[in-house]
Amino acid sequence: MTQNLSGQDLDALYQEIILDHYKNPHGKGLREPHEAEVHHVNPTCGDEVTLRVHLDDGVVRDVSYDSVGCSISQASASVLHDLVVGKPVEEAMAIHEEFLRLMQGKGTVVPDEEVLEDGIAFAGVAKFPARVKCALLSWMAWKDATARSLEG
Amino acid sequence: MEGLLPELEVVRKDFPILERTLAGGLPLVYLDSANTSQKPQIVIDTMVDHLEHHNANVARAMHQLGAESSEAFEGARDVVAGFLGAPSRDEVVFTKNASEALNLVANTLAWATGPRAVGEGDEVVITEMEHHSNIVPWQLLCERTGATLRWFGVTDEGLLDTSDIDSLITERTKVVSLTWVSNMLGTINPVGEIARRAHEVGAIVVVDASQAAPQLPIDLAAMPVGERPDALVFTGHKTVGPTGIGVLWGRRELLEELPPFLGGGEMIETVRMEGSTYAGIPHKFEAGTPPIVEAVGLGAALTYLGHIGLDAIHRHEQTVTAYALEGLASVPGLTVLGPLDATARGGAISFELEGVHPHDVAQVLDSRGVAVRAGHHCAKPAHARFGVQSSTRMSSYLYTTPAEIDALVEGLNYTRSYFKVG
Repeated sequence: MTQNLSGQDLDALYQEIILDHYKNPHGKGLREPHEAEVHHVNPTCGDEVTLRVHLDDGVVRDVSYDSVGCSISQASASVLHDLVVGKPVEEAMAIHEEFLRLMQGKGTVVPDEEVLEDGIAFAGVAKFPARVKCALLSWMAWKDATARSLEG
Repeated sequence: MEGLLPELEVVRKDFPILERTLAGGLPLVYLDSANTSQKPQIVIDTMVDHLEHHNANVARAMHQLGAESSEAFEGARDVVAGFLGAPSRDEVVFTKNASEALNLVANTLAWATGPRAVGEGDEVVITEMEHHSNIVPWQLLCERTGATLRWFGVTDEGLLDTSDIDSLITERTKVVSLTWVSNMLGTINPVGEIARRAHEVGAIVVVDASQAAPQLPIDLAAMPVGERPDALVFTGHKTVGPTGIGVLWGRRELLEELPPFLGGGEMIETVRMEGSTYAGIPHKFEAGTPPIVEAVGLGAALTYLGHIGLDAIHRHEQTVTAYALEGLASVPGLTVLGPLDATARGGAISFELEGVHPHDVAQVLDSRGVAVRAGHHCAKPAHARFGVQSSTRMSSYLYTTPAEIDALVEGLNYTRSYFKVG
């Protein structure tokens, strides 16, 4: 697996949508109320996210987060917020599954735009094994926090 | 440019990888030598020749190949001893890397009895600019023995803050362990001054020379005894050798006092079911079949560096580093973390580029064939000291050209325009 790329691949990685979310992240900042808070770290690069979820009546009412990291990890948290807030937990989990499938597809998966909306911009990231974990950091944190909320 | 290796183009031809191209036919601009250095043909050929013609286990095969293999392996030990100016070849222990060498010292100190024993009330002193491999083993030692870990801070300029040396290194100090050259800040530390103070209070001094060995001439025997470390480690792959081989040099008396590290073949004198006695140094610390061909490769690597000359390599590194510092200063929004005087630092330069995360910097540079490192460089506390989570690091070596620095600087300016900053 090579990580080397041409300028065209670079543009595929850094879609305008990703750069927009990076510069103006949606839903950033930690908020109340929340039922669970998790802290996830990518030990190889040091990217970190603290993420809270607020569930109510089986619906994701809020996902709030504080994070430090690269454009891919920051944009991914912003897109996560857009996609899951307001959705029933079950539907949000299905979106999570679809995003995971896209990111683990090594660039061969055609994403479902109906489900992933702005998330399809991450299709180019899937070709870069070293960056997949950047895109997944907040999504894995959200899944963890949601599971804890449901247990609680 | 004054100070570069006089036959730089010839030196570059010794490294076959420098001729390869990357995606899009781009030439490789390798600026990640502090991470691992590239290998000259002589190292590759020596290792292949050993495997093709001399392969056998060492010190336990009573046949011709065994004798040849043992001779090559022990010959490499002689080369390492010469490279370090070690007072005795028996003081050179092969490990798998610098981390294992540091863990060897920290673990055997945890198990030591008698004057070297470390326990409650004792202190271990390190610095805030260490690589994780020179932090975690000492944290483990302290957790296991009840000793207390203390550390030197770092000044805003990226220098070791030695202003509290007398309150930090005291009668309670058993070990002082520090890096000679920082892998993140590039800082060259005053090893002699610290060793002198440590020795006054009877502490032992361990030096991580992983970044120093590739670029500074080292002559242990020539150091005043009071300023000479008691142990020094480095890794083979940063000195144009292979991975899988590292070195612990230790003062004879210290190595003899410390208990064994790993138990197994080769490290014994005799084994009975009731108990065993151990081999003398260095074999006491070399249990099991060692990394033979890697040691042989390291011997070839250090011989190669010796032919070019560490003084000339050091001068080359300083020249390229000065040129790089000048080039980096021309990039708007770029801040170097660490000393800005090339004569007081090594060839690794970490920096921040305002508005662009280091991973993104490295990704854009990679798309132009420029290989750098991004992240915390296994030095999270040093990053925390400067209030950053990660940085981008360029690091040069004996094969680096000013044109490659130009390519980096151009790439950084392109990165700024790509991310629309400034």
